[in-house]
Amino acid sequence: MQQMTDVDTEQWDLIIKPKNGWFDIDLRELWRYRDLISMFIMRDFVTVYKQTILGPLWYIIQPLFTTVVFTIIFGKVAKISTDSLPPFLFYMSGNVVWGYFAATLTSTSNTFNSNAHIFGKVYFPRLTVPLATVLVNFLQFFIQLALFLAFYLYFYLAGAPVQPTAWLLLLPLLMVQMALLCLGLGILLSSMTTKYKDLRFAMTFLIQLWMYATPVVYPLSQIPDWLLPWYVLNPMVAIVESFRRMFFGTSAVQLSQIGLSWLMTLFILFIGVVLFSRIEKTFTDTI
Amino acid sequence: MNVIQIENLWKEYQLGVIGYGTLSRDVQSWWAKLRGKEDPNSKMLAGHESQIEGNQFWALRNINLEIQKGDLLGIIGRNGAGKSTLLKILSRVTAPTKGQVKIKGRIASLLEVGTGFHLELTGRENIFMNGAILGMSKQEIKRKLDEIIDFSGVEEHLETPVKRYSSGMRVRLAFAVAAHLEPEILIIDEVLAVGDAEFQKKCIGKMGAVANDGRTVLFVSHNMLAVKSLCRSAILINNGKLSQAGSVDEIISTYKALNQNDRFVTEKEWSDYNNRPKGEYFEIEKVYITSLEIEKGSLLPIEHPLEIGIIVNQFGNPGELDYTIAVKSDNYTVFATSTLDCDNLISRKFVEGKCEYRCIIPENFLNHRIYTVDILVLRNQRNVIGKFDDILTFEAVESKSRKIAYLGPRAGFVAPNFSWFANKSKF
Repeated sequence: MQQMTDVDTEQWDLIIKPKNGWFDIDLRELWRYRDLISMFIMRDFVTVYKQTILGPLWYIIQPLFTTVVFTIIFGKVAKISTDSLPPFLFYMSGNVVWGYFAATLTSTSNTFNSNAHIFGKVYFPRLTVPLATVLVNFLQFFIQLALFLAFYLYFYLAGAPVQPTAWLLLLPLLMVQMALLCLGLGILLSSMTTKYKDLRFAMTFLIQLWMYATPVVYPLSQIPDWLLPWYVLNPMVAIVESFRRMFFGTSAVQLSQIGLSWLMTLFILFIGVVLFSRIEKTFTDTI
Repeated sequence: MNVIQIENLWKEYQLGVIGYGTLSRDVQSWWAKLRGKEDPNSKMLAGHESQIEGNQFWALRNINLEIQKGDLLGIIGRNGAGKSTLLKILSRVTAPTKGQVKIKGRIASLLEVGTGFHLELTGRENIFMNGAILGMSKQEIKRKLDEIIDFSGVEEHLETPVKRYSSGMRVRLAFAVAAHLEPEILIIDEVLAVGDAEFQKKCIGKMGAVANDGRTVLFVSHNMLAVKSLCRSAILINNGKLSQAGSVDEIISTYKALNQNDRFVTEKEWSDYNNRPKGEYFEIEKVYITSLEIEKGSLLPIEHPLEIGIIVNQFGNPGELDYTIAVKSDNYTVFATSTLDCDNLISRKFVEGKCEYRCIIPENFLNHRIYTVDILVLRNQRNVIGKFDDILTFEAVESKSRKIAYLGPRAGFVAPNFSWFANKSKF
């Protein structure tokens, strides 16, 4: 019989073992589940604003109002410098980038907790969930980017000192970096929140504080020299300022700082993946 | 050919970790440990002391098992025995602590109804969602969409959000998706608890068909009739160990005996004179319930008459003495029957010394459920001179399914088999 031949060389499709290695992400499996990622994207897209009156309009209302408030408080009252750019445009550029980061990080950092009920019942590569979040939030980003472009065009035609640069061609690369950062940091934090639920409560607060450590309501040029080397360790600094550089042509950001930001992003992603792959198999026991 | 090979599988849960996970509690535990005190956050699990070692709880202990291709294996055990842990490891929801499992082919598990259903999405969208979660590609689902819809029987509600579905409809949809996944190995946990008779029949049929295709089904259920009608072989898990593997009948009777020993009291005898339930004119020596068809100590099938017996020692000069048996279930008295009812008993005249009273409960009267027995002693047909609660606890079992397909127990405290007649109406 043919069965006799495969007794010794039995091929197993899957061997379930106690623990993953330190960097054990099965990319091929992730690729096999790509339809699931697209289903998650569809689900989030369809359901987020279902049964709301204004629907996707919220994507526009949010940054618009925030920008107006920032313009009044930081621009008119506090009179913080905007590198001689129109304050409204300056704040909106910061809000578009920061908005994506804050929204994405908030949900990716909650990956394990908010999906515990599914994760506890059925197996699929856990990484599909934060990946889908990172991708679906680009929808929000694009809508807000379009809003930004509309105002940008208005100010440009009105003769404001803004000049698009060739750097704009690198916008996709900037988006990739944002996505990687949100993914890495999100899975890093969500791995930690499985053990320490306190972190979940601290998240909103941390993200809020982080915004002030990022040049959203003030330009990079306002940072004093002694602080600068530490300040640019925050990978979001170069991301926000690069965005301004692309659209306005003026920014204090330097190439070395962009490089450092990328290094930080990849470092965070690496740590995130390591922790995530350690925790994904057994987190259902601790949650 | 083996499709699943489980080798020395152990699963440990850290007792401290169960139930908490905040930084402050970790600090609390650590501080207690530092001072050599007992961890305030460790919990004892009643009834599982043998599985606890220090701070560890062994949910599975050295499981070794080989499952052949095409097997329909029932997995039986009490709540907390480790069944679900085993299934969770097999379906990769959690990882083992020691040992390994080797698997050939694609595994799909239906651990709970409608896993991954999103309530805002429509039935159709959820078919795709659920299929994708179970590992199907979009193409695969599209190919089988009609079949899935047809099997689920919810075609009219396909464009309705699932939150408007009844639980039965959700199960049907979920099962339909999972059943059409065509996995080499299908794991099913308690899905049949919901759903009507017709759908249960359909599911059982589908699972049988899956197995006949040469695929493998692992089935966990507390419904012994469902296990019996679906599976050929079974394993019994008890306190985290694989206690027996064999044919389904063998395992089910072991399981029932196991339950009986623990929770049920079908016979109580007071050999010590001082402990006997007694009154001024009597003392009860022994109370029992037994099946008239099957030898003592085993099952109490409802298809055969059951006998409840009381052995008493009577003395003094009470006049008339009567014994009443109240049979209760879920704290309701289902019925009470008494020696008062029977004029022909010789004992209606008081007899001094040892007497045995026996009451026969007819066949096809009790339901498949747990009953307790109280005993009342009456003097001169009015005065209760003794009341003894919960003397016996027993489970009557429906060992053969009646002709219909429905596998669950019937509703109600009793399940009498009444006559029905049907005529074509002349009007």
